[in-house]
Amino acid sequence: MGKWVKSGSPWIWMTGGAVSISLIAVLGLLLLIAWRGLSYFWPATVYQWELEDNTGVRSTLIGEIYDREEVPTERLIAAGHVFKQPQGEFVSRYLVKTGNREFVGLDFRWILGTDILSRTTPSDVAMIERTKNGNFYGYPVAVIENGKRLDLVNDAIESSLMDHIERAVALADKAVDLQKQDIGSINYAIEKLRLQERRYELDGELTDSNKAELAAKKAQLQKEYLVLEKALFALRDDAARDSVIVRDMRGKDVELKLDTVLDVTYVNHLTFIDKVGKWFVGIGRFVSDDPREANTEGGVFPAIFGTVFMVMLMAVIVTPFGVVAAVYLHEYAKKGPITKMIRIAVINLAGVPSIVYGVFGLGFFVYVMGGSIDQLFYAEALPSPTFGSPGVIWSALTLAILTLPVVIVSTEEGLSRIPSAVRQGSLALGATKAETLWRIVLPMASPAIMTGLILAVARAAGEVAPLMLVGVVKLAPTLPLDLNFPFVHLERKFMHLGFHIYDVGFQSPNVEAARPLVYATSFLLVSVIVALNLTAISVRNHLREKYRSLEH
Amino acid sequence: MESQVTQPGSLSHSMLKGGRSNRRAFKDKAAQIGVTIGGTMVFVALLLIFFYLLYVIKPIFDRASVTPVKSVSYQHGDVPTLMVGADEQNEVLYRVALDGQVDFYTVADGSLLSSFTPPLPAGVSVTSAAIAAPSEQRFAMGLSNGQALVVGLEFGLSYPNSQRLITPKLVYPAGETPITVDSAGSAIHKLTFTYSSDKMSFAYQDDNGAWRLARLEGQENMMTETVEWVSTTSQIQDAPKKVSHELMTPDQRQLMLQTGNKIFVYNIAEANSIDLLQVIDVERAKAQVNNVALLAGASSLLVSYDTGIVTQYFQVNGPKGRLYQEIRQFDDLPPINSIASEFYRKSFATVSPEGELTLLYTTSHRELFDEKFDLKNPGKMGFTPRSNGIVVEADKKLHIFSVENTHPEVSWSAMWDKVWYEGYPEPQYVWQSTSGSDDFEAKLSLMPLAYGTMKAAFYAMLFAVPLAIAGAIYTAYFMSPKVRGLVKPTIEIMEALPTVILGFLAGLWLAPLIEEHLPGILILLILLPTSILASAYGWSQLPAIWKQRLPEVYQELMLIPVVCFVGWFSFAISPAIEVALFDGNTREFITNELGITFDQRNALVVGIAMGFAVIPTIFSIAEDAIFSVPRHLSNGSLALGATPWQTLTRVVLLTASPGIFSAIMMGLGRAVGETMIVLMATGNTAIMEWSVFEGMRTLAANIAVEMPESAIGSSHYRVLFLAAFVLFIFTFFFNTIAEVVRQRLRERYSSL
Repeated sequence: MGKWVKSGSPWIWMTGGAVSISLIAVLGLLLLIAWRGLSYFWPATVYQWELEDNTGVRSTLIGEIYDREEVPTERLIAAGHVFKQPQGEFVSRYLVKTGNREFVGLDFRWILGTDILSRTTPSDVAMIERTKNGNFYGYPVAVIENGKRLDLVNDAIESSLMDHIERAVALADKAVDLQKQDIGSINYAIEKLRLQERRYELDGELTDSNKAELAAKKAQLQKEYLVLEKALFALRDDAARDSVIVRDMRGKDVELKLDTVLDVTYVNHLTFIDKVGKWFVGIGRFVSDDPREANTEGGVFPAIFGTVFMVMLMAVIVTPFGVVAAVYLHEYAKKGPITKMIRIAVINLAGVPSIVYGVFGLGFFVYVMGGSIDQLFYAEALPSPTFGSPGVIWSALTLAILTLPVVIVSTEEGLSRIPSAVRQGSLALGATKAETLWRIVLPMASPAIMTGLILAVARAAGEVAPLMLVGVVKLAPTLPLDLNFPFVHLERKFMHLGFHIYDVGFQSPNVEAARPLVYATSFLLVSVIVALNLTAISVRNHLREKYRSLEH
Repeated sequence: MESQVTQPGSLSHSMLKGGRSNRRAFKDKAAQIGVTIGGTMVFVALLLIFFYLLYVIKPIFDRASVTPVKSVSYQHGDVPTLMVGADEQNEVLYRVALDGQVDFYTVADGSLLSSFTPPLPAGVSVTSAAIAAPSEQRFAMGLSNGQALVVGLEFGLSYPNSQRLITPKLVYPAGETPITVDSAGSAIHKLTFTYSSDKMSFAYQDDNGAWRLARLEGQENMMTETVEWVSTTSQIQDAPKKVSHELMTPDQRQLMLQTGNKIFVYNIAEANSIDLLQVIDVERAKAQVNNVALLAGASSLLVSYDTGIVTQYFQVNGPKGRLYQEIRQFDDLPPINSIASEFYRKSFATVSPEGELTLLYTTSHRELFDEKFDLKNPGKMGFTPRSNGIVVEADKKLHIFSVENTHPEVSWSAMWDKVWYEGYPEPQYVWQSTSGSDDFEAKLSLMPLAYGTMKAAFYAMLFAVPLAIAGAIYTAYFMSPKVRGLVKPTIEIMEALPTVILGFLAGLWLAPLIEEHLPGILILLILLPTSILASAYGWSQLPAIWKQRLPEVYQELMLIPVVCFVGWFSFAISPAIEVALFDGNTREFITNELGITFDQRNALVVGIAMGFAVIPTIFSIAEDAIFSVPRHLSNGSLALGATPWQTLTRVVLLTASPGIFSAIMMGLGRAVGETMIVLMATGNTAIMEWSVFEGMRTLAANIAVEMPESAIGSSHYRVLFLAAFVLFIFTFFFNTIAEVVRQRLRERYSSL
């Protein structure tokens, strides 16, 4: 034993333990996020419990099991719980998602294992997804079409309900399209007219003829608006034509209008294949739908769009500047202490906290630059700011500065890996330095530039702190890209996956309900970023191999 | 970086001759200039960050400036002045004389705009007059028949022909007819008063020299909608007769009478039971009290002395109740003639008989301005409503000065030293930047934030450094290349993991988990090293045949199942231990039995979560440093008979130690600036406790929380910029050290 200790072997094992712990942490973290995120879409079994609490009151509960834990009995007794029979050391406790928010107050409930009399999985219980108030659990008993109760039994109810829901959803989708696109662009045009009038006023050109022209245009738009509005209301009314009667866990019949119903699932009689299908549908909806209920339900499409749009904008800004700076530093700048200092400073900037860039972005880009742009070009909209408030362009610029060091360092590394023989060969054949650079050096360094860019994008996609200051919002009413001229609206605020996680996880009123959604969002973000990083790593390795062969 | 190639000038020049060569030469030159300009611009842009932050911060350390604007001679000069001031725009000056006459003058041309005399009953004269708090712009007159009249100044704004027109007028909040204060009809002397819409208090001396208090409480008559005033009067027993200054707080709870070196403070909250609260002894050697004033907010009392001392007093909770206590003193001021406090902030101004004007701020203990002006024997003084002007009466003239005093509340000592804030029992470090009220005393101490930053970084490093360094040693020195090729990128990928996800997991998953399984964490800490050692010993005792059967390459990974099992086991037995040792609820045990505050989102959670974020940074750099120690060094050591562990500690680690140091510095830099994890995994309360079970608020998280809500250009905004600047400098400093050390090390390796 003593000899074994003296050999240092225990210490080696301890260091090995550190690696194991780190590995377990990384993989465990990724697995945890993946498991929690992906299981969110799996249709969970709906149970029905018969309960009797310690005062003897009986009740029925329908819902999904959300979580379970073992609680020390002593703690429950200390908290004032009275058990009828003596219990063991632990009592299991279930967190049940009961839905039906408008009737039960809390849509999550803890139930004690000792209170449960029986648990069943009735096959005709349905989970109804709604646009408001979350899910509804219960037994659909009848479908009402246009005020008339349809004469149906058992399976017919199910298929008829599905058909009616499909119809209502299609109508509601049409209404949303109408509202967002047609009515949205009319509103946009009316706002433009208002600004036009104000501009005339500021320029002192607000003549009567101008005024009349604007008024005529406005009246025309108003007229169009009224027509569309009528169509919208008609669609909405049509969608609300039918309803379904559901018996809930209190045994009461509740009528649900179908315009608030999105989908119905008879979870308990789905086969495994059906469930897999539902799972994929769930994922598809998650990435393509708009969020509902203060972001705690629905999809994250605007956040995905915002993240991608902002990051692409950033990439467009950062690449030329980063490459030019790296080329200057490596090819043109005189070597000396100053270049060395610049290089160290650039590397260090990568380590400066991102929030500092956010503060700089807010102060300099938003208030100074944005404020000046407003004064010069958008005076008619003042005092409400156009570019002088946080927006997607400022976020992209801030992140471009933040990721500039990454691109510079990576590009420079690529440039330094190109053997000088290649350059000398080009020059010897009569090319100028610029031609050498453009035709020989940069193409050879392009994988390094790509690596830098991918790393920059990966970093930018995960950065949240600076964005909270320079442009990200909880819920953006419009995307920065739409069908209204000039199509790209760089001054608009946007949604972001990372901020979505922070916001829904920490600022939403119903954190318990939103948590699985946050896991799903996290998984999405992590997979994008890990994929980007793996690409960067493989590009880099490939590149190294390529130039290793060149050197010989 | 040696691959840069410079072009031999003469040769290229000759080769460029010919048809299109001019254009090529031009392009070449243009590219050179373009890239040089572009590259330089990028570096200038990066420098801009530094200078822009400085540019925003600088004004908070600037001194105030006061410049004379205009002097206006006033009329009615034979009657002494009661108060002076101006309207919000600093366009109209006013002077109220002791007899109640109010004259308004325009600043622009110095002419008399209007003059008012409050209506008094016939045969009645003004025997005393008093002013209310500066922000109320109100005064009252005590009359010879025992009545009093409350008068307010108002400036009406109108825009005829798009020109601003200010029309000053007098208003009578308590009615135009004087109110009977002394029912016996004695003249009112030494009046002091407070008016609010439903309550008025008048304290005065009657003809016999007795101090009396009259409290009028208004009740709205439902039928007529008029206010009826019900009066309560009482005499203040044993009050001093010879009083030089009398003050009443705007909340109508305290009356202060200054006589000589004593200030008598009476509690007048209940008009019929007045009691002496405290006698403040304000005696100073060789100095006479010559003025007593209330600071904005009326919590603080300023006492000035003729020798140039101003002392601040406010009530502090002590064993004998809330008593006035001396808080701070401004020394070495010029002799003081009169004193004026601002409307809402804690600034005040003093003026000396020679006309030396001094601006001071209590919280930051700053002398903001001091200069001598041409003022002969100045009398009353008053701030303008927006605090951007000051009006001084001197030599039968009203002098208006414009004041630029934007950030008086910030000073180096207010940010980094303990400050005694109003209402606090002792000097403290407090960060409390905003509040609902106008006369709020901003508490901008960066100490609790810097402390929180250090605390978070410390716990993160405590967790990360051992794991990362040990992991780096093993990966670089003992691991087979094949496994290393897998393990290194896996750990490095964690660096790219968005911190918002780590923060979310820490706050919503880890924090409740730790709270539930506190004993489990404790057990894990003990069990993990022991189990690793035990399995190592077990391995060493294993028969050789067994060892051969297991693949040697993956020997390292054998520990993974062990660690997994220990982790699961610790958490599984945690509830049982909780029941056995901590009465089934560890959290309550800690709070009740040990008396330690326990927050769910505490430093332990932050330490672990941020540790995770830092591990890859440290691991990656340290691993590089150890791995690139030249092989011949370790081979030499091994050949001389040292064990691998001896070689590692005596040769490899020593050589690589600068690199490891640099790795730790980099990690520290990252931990200090991390925002999202601390924002989400702590309660963000700015406390100063090292306890692992309590949270903190860091500089970075504070910026993220408060920046979107701070007004542009305000002191708060600039102090947040300063916080960002501190972070910038701090991380830049540590990173530079790390980078320089690393480059030195690289050079050394290449020479070995």
